[in-house]
Amino acid sequence: MSCANIQVSETPLMLYALRRADDALILGHRLSEWCGHAPILEEDMALSNIALDLIGQARELYGYAAKSEGRDNDEDKLAYLRDVRQYRNLLLVEQPNGDFAHTMVRQFFYSAFADLYWREMMSSRDATLAAIAAKSEKESAYHLRHASEWIIRLGDGTDESHRRVQAAIDDLWAFTGEMFAVDDGERALIHAGVAIDPGTLRGRWLTTLSDVIDEATLSLPQNDWMQQGGRAGRHSEHLGHLLSELQSMQRTFPGLTW
Amino acid sequence: MVTVLDANAELRQRAWDAAASVVDPEIPVLTIADLGVLRDVVLDGDRVDVAITPTYSGCPAMNLIALEIELALERAGFRHPKVRTVLSPAWTTDWMSEDGRSKLRAYGIAPPQASGSRRALFGEQTVACPQCGSDKTELLSEFGSTSCKGLWRCKTCREPFDYFKCH
Repeated sequence: MSCANIQVSETPLMLYALRRADDALILGHRLSEWCGHAPILEEDMALSNIALDLIGQARELYGYAAKSEGRDNDEDKLAYLRDVRQYRNLLLVEQPNGDFAHTMVRQFFYSAFADLYWREMMSSRDATLAAIAAKSEKESAYHLRHASEWIIRLGDGTDESHRRVQAAIDDLWAFTGEMFAVDDGERALIHAGVAIDPGTLRGRWLTTLSDVIDEATLSLPQNDWMQQGGRAGRHSEHLGHLLSELQSMQRTFPGLTW
Repeated sequence: MVTVLDANAELRQRAWDAAASVVDPEIPVLTIADLGVLRDVVLDGDRVDVAITPTYSGCPAMNLIALEIELALERAGFRHPKVRTVLSPAWTTDWMSEDGRSKLRAYGIAPPQASGSRRALFGEQTVACPQCGSDKTELLSEFGSTSCKGLWRCKTCREPFDYFKCH
């Protein structure tokens, strides 16, 4: 393995698989940054467990991407040897952990979406994607419940925890629109029954959010301006720093194995 | 012809038994057959093809389990063992054997319950303490020492215990 960037075929199916795999890997990596730093031991274990689930989902999706591409890329090359512009994850998942409220709100927004998304994807005409969806859906249900409980505890907690979680909701809201957007390539996959249209999930996603946010005595922002770019490879500055850590071993010692 | 079939069936059973003897590295009282992780063993000439399914996507025990299966088959005299991972149908705790559930309880881990209510966002569930049998227990954390377990505490005997989450 060399440490130079690999080339990836940018077919609709490849981009589709990379987008989902990159979401899971980047969010999993962010959560793994909490390992040893969470406020209590149980939470340290919970965040590491969720990170592990997400990295597992990413591995399956990268494996699928590499196989469907049919070149000599594999899951490791796809994770370690692509640069920022080649990553296709949502801007939401690369946002820094911030305080615990920011981490939980980011997780809540994503898990509420992923839970619905993977459940629908179980009916994909692509057998491998349907199988990956069936596994991911079970895991997402736990992730969503965990995040929901925290949002309620923090929102309906002290003045300070309420203020922090509301600030996190306001900060991260503009990154949620991207979850429901698709480009022409993905629209063709949706038409072919390989993918599902995430736009159709937005109503149910909002209902999940509202139920929890109401109980937490919080409120959702009214503004509907949304920042996009991650799906097309245009990222915030945070992703480069994240990748420099995630990829440092392979970039420094090409082909390194444990 | 009948003898050949019988010989094949016997050989396959030997291969199955060898693979089925592999235990979960995190819960060594359970074999991968008890867990329902072992899905299929196929003989093809002198090759053995073993299919396993992961419990959770990121379960780090899968690599070790695959290695242990290959070693067990080699030791049982099978050459060229090959382990592949199948994702569909997705693993569920419903596949765990009754024997496996009893072994888990004896080991101090509460076995998984029926998976019907897992979707309830804030559902109440009752898990009996594997130490004293009391059902006055409380959830400490849904995420425990491994992907497949949550952490509970018994309010009767005050012992904390692991619960194998239904999935």
